[in-house]
Amino acid sequence: MVRLLALDPVAIGDLLWTPLLIIILKVVAIFAIGLLVTMFMVWFERKAIAGMQNRIGPNKAGPWGLLQTLADGIKLFFKEDLLPDRADRFVFKLAPYLAFVPAFLVWSVIPLGGDFSDGKNGIVTWFGEQTRVQLADPPVGILLVLALSSIAVYGIMLAGWSSGSKYPLLGSVRASAQMVSYEAALGLSIATVLLLAGTLSTSGIVANQDGFANWHVVSTGVVPFIIFLLAATAELNRPPFDLVEAEQELVGGFNTEYSSIRFGLFFLAEFMNTVTMSGIIVTLFWGGPQGLFDIPVIPGAIEGTIWFIAKVLLFLYVYVWFRATLPRFRYDQLMDLGWKILIPMSLGWFMLMAALRLGRDQDWNQAVVAIVSAVVLIVCAGLISLAMKVSRANREREGATF
Amino acid sequence: MELGVFVIAAAMVIVGAVGVILRPNPVHAALSLVLTLFGVAVHFVALEAHFLAAVQVIVYAGAIVVLFLFVIMLLGVDRTEDITIEPFKVQRPMALVVGVGVIGLVTAAVSSSRDAIGRGNGLEIPTVTGDNDSNVRQIARSVFGDYVVAFELTSVLLVVAVVGTVMLTRRIKSGKGES
Repeated sequence: MVRLLALDPVAIGDLLWTPLLIIILKVVAIFAIGLLVTMFMVWFERKAIAGMQNRIGPNKAGPWGLLQTLADGIKLFFKEDLLPDRADRFVFKLAPYLAFVPAFLVWSVIPLGGDFSDGKNGIVTWFGEQTRVQLADPPVGILLVLALSSIAVYGIMLAGWSSGSKYPLLGSVRASAQMVSYEAALGLSIATVLLLAGTLSTSGIVANQDGFANWHVVSTGVVPFIIFLLAATAELNRPPFDLVEAEQELVGGFNTEYSSIRFGLFFLAEFMNTVTMSGIIVTLFWGGPQGLFDIPVIPGAIEGTIWFIAKVLLFLYVYVWFRATLPRFRYDQLMDLGWKILIPMSLGWFMLMAALRLGRDQDWNQAVVAIVSAVVLIVCAGLISLAMKVSRANREREGATF
Repeated sequence: MELGVFVIAAAMVIVGAVGVILRPNPVHAALSLVLTLFGVAVHFVALEAHFLAAVQVIVYAGAIVVLFLFVIMLLGVDRTEDITIEPFKVQRPMALVVGVGVIGLVTAAVSSSRDAIGRGNGLEIPTVTGDNDSNVRQIARSVFGDYVVAFELTSVLLVVAVVGTVMLTRRIKSGKGES
């Protein structure tokens, strides 16, 4: 039971006032930062897309329209809270929280900063107490993220079902099918990272990536990163995988019947998820708070946060960029990409990395190991594509039109 | 504190289990099942089996019950039913007999082996070290070491089940191809 508290080095030992205050401060600060970041993410997305589409975007509320989201939020608060007649009342009220709470909890395991240089392991000293610049560092780390993202599926699924209306149900069935399918590819590409890091804890994964050559995007050979980025985009239901809220077909998707603050919670969760997923990508593949070079003058602990923010901003921009550039996938294309390309590819790459790792540990000839694994992978890929060809031929024989 | 966690988690498990049986709406019953699974996950965390807790949530709550809900929603059986009507008459007395029997057996087993639980009983009890990943390591050792044959056979069984299901549901209509 005592070890449950060891999520943060500050909580080890007797529980005194200073550590308790530090923890409370961290909880409040991370909650507030999460909300603020989400607020500015909405503004950033609208502004950046406006720029790409030759519009001005929000520019009335506050300087450069910065307070636009706040204004929208206040408006949502004062709207009437509708409860559809055919809705399942309890589930209808529960669903927004199931979407919103996991989005926030993920935020608590991401290392937001800290000094990872010279094996310092990201521990910083505040008021004479050692702690991390992350709310919790549980032993299961990255698995917690997967668990929470599987809880978030419930929010969307139940929201659509409990509305008691057709379009939300269609939207939510699409959404959950998509999220469950891409979770497999997501998990398998994380497994490749864990193979190298040798630990599940998020701070351990960051500590493993000292120096650019050890950043997992390089040391796992880019492929898992690309798979993760695609799968994460699908998991977030963001364009080009936003079939969930395809307005032309589904009105507004799973949240059509929601209004007022409940809709606000879904909206917040969606953008919060975008920010946290960028944080996860940075943590897993791009070294988290680890920098490429020392920034002069600024002390190490703050430097980590600066690097982290810079990298997260890059990925937030990538997401906005995707949305402005890429047209939406068709549903069968989405499922084909997930099941027939991403999952076999991530599995194959995982096996390749495992074989190379084993070869290195057993002192086998690296070249032979690489060639043999490559041949095996090519044979497997050939078999899979043959199987797909056969099944397509069978479908056509049965008279299917797709 | 340990007792408090146990009581809360046990209450979650029991309330969820009762809900699965008594809720007339299948979706509510499935959600009660999620509550039970979460209670079990809390028990795992309290026993310092963090990995099992995470896997419990990811696999059972995240995949299996989502699949249940999916089937319920797609088949359109998500309407409230009158659970007092029983189409299969022997079911309830049988369930009662089996339930009482299982409770009796478990109680007898626990009371007769009072000392053996938690002490040397042939199974190695893993020690918790300062290492954060000791959990994962010990599970991996036993799954991929001592019990690797059983593990692989289970995976073969699962594949057979999946392939069998696909074969049963997708009959190729003979004769249509030639025409």
